[in-house]
Amino acid sequence: MRIDANGMPYRQLNQIIRDAAAGGEKEFELLNVNGQRYIGDGLEKKARIEVHGVPGNDLGAFMNGPQIIVRGNAQDGIANTMNDGKIVVHGDAGDVLGYGMRGGKLHVLGEVGYRVGIHMKSYKRQVPVIIAGGIARDFFGEYMAGGVLILLGLNRSNGDPIVGDYVGTGMHGGVIYVRGAVDKFMLGKEVGVKEPTPEDRRELEGYLKEFCDDFGLDLSEIMSEEFTKLVPMSHRPYGNLYAY
Amino acid sequence: MTTSLVSPRFKVVVDHELCCKCKRCVIGCGWGTLTFTNRVVPDHSKCVACHYCVTHCPTGAITVQEHPLAYRYNANWTVAHRRDVWKQAETGGMLLTGMGNDKPYQIIWDHLVLDACQVTNPSIDPLREPMELRTYLGRKPDRLEFDAEGNLLTKLEPQIKLEVPIVFSPMSYGSISLNAQKSLAMAAKDRGILWNTGEGGLHKDLYPYTDCAVVQCASGRFGVHAGYLNAAAAIEIKIGQGAKPGIGGHLPGEKVSFDVSETRMIPMGTDALSPAPHHDIYSIEDLRQLIFALKEATAYQKPVGVKIAAVHNVAPIVAGIVYAGADIVYIDGFRGGTGAAPNIVRDHVGIPIELAIAAVDDRLRQEGIRNQASIIAAGSVRSAGDIAKAIALGADAVAIGTAALLPLGCRICQSCYTGNCSWGITSQRPELTRRLDPYWGAEQVSNLIRAWSLELKEILGALGVNAIESLRGSRERLRGIGLDQVTLDILGVKPAGR
Repeated sequence: MRIDANGMPYRQLNQIIRDAAAGGEKEFELLNVNGQRYIGDGLEKKARIEVHGVPGNDLGAFMNGPQIIVRGNAQDGIANTMNDGKIVVHGDAGDVLGYGMRGGKLHVLGEVGYRVGIHMKSYKRQVPVIIAGGIARDFFGEYMAGGVLILLGLNRSNGDPIVGDYVGTGMHGGVIYVRGAVDKFMLGKEVGVKEPTPEDRRELEGYLKEFCDDFGLDLSEIMSEEFTKLVPMSHRPYGNLYAY
Repeated sequence: MTTSLVSPRFKVVVDHELCCKCKRCVIGCGWGTLTFTNRVVPDHSKCVACHYCVTHCPTGAITVQEHPLAYRYNANWTVAHRRDVWKQAETGGMLLTGMGNDKPYQIIWDHLVLDACQVTNPSIDPLREPMELRTYLGRKPDRLEFDAEGNLLTKLEPQIKLEVPIVFSPMSYGSISLNAQKSLAMAAKDRGILWNTGEGGLHKDLYPYTDCAVVQCASGRFGVHAGYLNAAAAIEIKIGQGAKPGIGGHLPGEKVSFDVSETRMIPMGTDALSPAPHHDIYSIEDLRQLIFALKEATAYQKPVGVKIAAVHNVAPIVAGIVYAGADIVYIDGFRGGTGAAPNIVRDHVGIPIELAIAAVDDRLRQEGIRNQASIIAAGSVRSAGDIAKAIALGADAVAIGTAALLPLGCRICQSCYTGNCSWGITSQRPELTRRLDPYWGAEQVSNLIRAWSLELKEILGALGVNAIESLRGSRERLRGIGLDQVTLDILGVKPAGR
């Protein structure tokens, strides 16, 4: 199904998608998208949505299964509390991506903003994954309780830091992989630095192979650099703040 | 190591003449206060006065007393202040507490009285005449339009029917036990009212009770997914809580059991601390974004509410929330309860709910938007009298938390944060939680709602009105006793005698 979203209010656009998906439509092509919010919000049907233009905030919020491909940049709040499915952004994306994300994947080719992966969770086999090809701003992986965050920092100009300050502040679960080294002063005080084990690298390679396939990147080149593994030092970082 | 400076608060007295040495008290105590060496031996320092042993002793041999230890009197350095300092000196930590603010601030409910009919207008006998307590929560239209045949043209927003203007306040799975939540859920279903999941997600056993459930979406986003949102009667965005305005939910690691960890999707034994703000909400516009993200996720079929703590500027904040698109606003006063909060925040932050209701109702009327959202008032509603007063001040309904736990055995010992509740209400220890039979619990809570419904009808009858609607915002039916003029002005209530 092709929808020309030019000048269409988000409520109308999303209603069309919801109704068509309920009727069994599995392929959507949205043209001239220009800031419409909530595309794919709460959608539980298997569907593939290709977005041409710039989708608005909360793309794929509460989504449970569909695939969204964005042919351009995207804004804030992508994959907000998303449960399952996949979002691929062929450009840069904004702040607070994957807030409370519970499963599924978010692949961003370019840069990502502040507070990405905040309070991501996981349980057993339900493990959310966010991979950003460019750099990330402050508070990457804040309050992280589970899941996997991978930051590649590709196409940086020399001397640009790969990530902002306060990485993993309040982290108590999950794992962050950063390609290259991260200065200790940039990390939240709850974060421990580890060297990836061969098993970690195998896992990483699995995630990154899919990422490279999505964007036509060279996996061996990405894997050629060392990764830094960041994990919580304690699963109870605030246990000693209180008197019982 | 020296012995603790903190002396026991209570003294457990066992009458060994009466004691039959059945050890029920020893097994029953969640705090490890009692041991048995030929006879029951108490460690007074561990007693919190939860009365589990007292209630379950077959011979009535146990009683709990205030510890008689004398402290030199000092009106400024109360014993409570001294004890807190000692405890903090020994631990270096923030003091945690449970339940609502226990400080002796003025309780405005107790300075308000209701009107009744005498001679000039007739009172109504609720035993023999219909008396309507039914209340609908949700956004009401500005006006109604009909076609020539009298059919309604106006599209109504989703509404929730309450048989009594009472809902249960949000208490998460984690903060309370599954059996406690089940008790509330079954009682809500029985009485045609609502229970609220709190921010800990929905345990799989509770899906049969979702048609009368409000599900929360809080800053920690625990257990929030499309199925959870669509199962509920309504959705609530939790911004704040009366016991801890401005800080996030706090579930101590002791209470994050296997099942809680599964429902919340966090590691076992970790402290489940919700971020203080929602990090996608830094403004009214951002709040609007989340409200509509939730409405989109549920195809506009569910009312979306917002819960905040009553703070200084509560009136304009609530107006902003209504403009943002909320269908229900839940306001929690500074006496509202909690499973765990820093003592210093609970006792010193926020404002009383009575003033907040009046200020919010005034403001929404002035803006001409009072119809756009229902107001739920909470933050220590202790009786049907408090409910009638809250509704007369302008609330649509009230929420009760502590009052709904008392029927399960709660003694307000304020130790919920430890996870040792002997009654199995605020514990996750299986040997404690299995004591709470949810069928018994549901009946107890349901009885309370029935009793308060009867009392509300009695009050309405005396007021000469036959529907709770007629009392809503009718402040002329209230008078103040012993309140200063400024407080009366804020409440919009005359002093008694005028």
